[in-house]
Amino acid sequence: MKTFEVLGTGCKKCVKTAESIERLAKELGQTVNVEKVTDPARIMEYQVMATPAVAVDGKLVHSGSIPGRDEIAGWLGS
Amino acid sequence: MLDYFSDLATWLTYDILGLDPATKAGTSIHFFIEDTTKILFLLVVMIYIIALARATLDLERVRAYIQSKNRLAGYVFGSGFGAITPFCSCSSIPLFLGFTSAGIPLGITMAFLFTSPIINEVAVIMLWSLLGWKFTLAYVVVGMTVGIVGGMILDSLRGERWLKDFAAKAYQKAAKAAHEQPDNTEVPESRKMTFAERHQFAKTELGEIVGRIWKWVLIGVGLGAALHGFVPEGWFADNLGSGQWWSVPAAVFAGLPLYSNATGVIPVMESLIVKGLPVGTTLAFCMSTVAASFPEFIMLKQVMTFRLLALIFAILLANFMVVGWVINAIEPWLFAGF
Repeated sequence: MKTFEVLGTGCKKCVKTAESIERLAKELGQTVNVEKVTDPARIMEYQVMATPAVAVDGKLVHSGSIPGRDEIAGWLGS
Repeated sequence: MLDYFSDLATWLTYDILGLDPATKAGTSIHFFIEDTTKILFLLVVMIYIIALARATLDLERVRAYIQSKNRLAGYVFGSGFGAITPFCSCSSIPLFLGFTSAGIPLGITMAFLFTSPIINEVAVIMLWSLLGWKFTLAYVVVGMTVGIVGGMILDSLRGERWLKDFAAKAYQKAAKAAHEQPDNTEVPESRKMTFAERHQFAKTELGEIVGRIWKWVLIGVGLGAALHGFVPEGWFADNLGSGQWWSVPAAVFAGLPLYSNATGVIPVMESLIVKGLPVGTTLAFCMSTVAASFPEFIMLKQVMTFRLLALIFAILLANFMVVGWVINAIEPWLFAGF
């Protein structure tokens, strides 16, 4: 099971990002673990400067916007 | 070409709605229709064009560029990039930490964050269309000065002492590394983008920005229109003119509890100036509303101690007042014929 971390200090866009990942995973019949990371120290470790950002299994894959459907599908690997 | 919007407003207000141009409601509604249509049109066109141009500007490059400058130039570039970088205030914390953990001095990072809400393409477009280039230039200079001077004062007081522990450690580590190896910052190559990619970026950007600010345009212009129609000519000049030194701090404190972005305040500024409020006082009010907002400060609490926050707040307020007084004092020759 893949773990998605949505990095962001709690703005609307971060919530939306987490929702879109969960929704698409469900559509594709995958179970994923989506966590919202709001701790600034943890976000700093990823060297992210623009949120929302997404890390998959501890690896940063995206930052600065709500990711598109195709992008999320790519991370889900289908 | 922009006369079309005035004609449109005249037609809608006086012909379709049948209002009398001599009434307060008539002038207010005319003003509202003319300004909202004009501003929204200009915004859509200009945001798209500007987004095309800056599609390849990303924060990593901005950071590396600021790092490669000496200290003094760093404040100017920090503030300058704060003005031109597309940036949402919900990214304040990651940006702050990204800069700090790269060893960029606190004052330079704050010069970026101070200037960012004050100057952006939306503010400049609106000012230009409502108040002309002279005022726009004055606004940009004032906004950058507030950022640069604020950052310098903060560093001269060694504000970094009062960062939260984890941020202070990251800063010291990076500053030490930079000291040992001074020349390892290189500005990364910009991404190559095709026109189609740029267009896609600009389209998304346009949708996002307009989606966020259209309400503010309506509210701001609505308030401006109400002031236009209902406050008597010269009322501000008579009651809050530049002779009254206290009107500047009063404007700063009046702006504090108001929370708006530049988009909402600029149409109000226009009306205030037209009704005779001195330019310095108006600017002080505007800066205070836009740049010193409590939600922003509460966010920064995650990386700063209360002491540092209070210091930053005090520096900002003092800057706004000084700017207000200075501009009021030099207004007569600055805006001759304005």
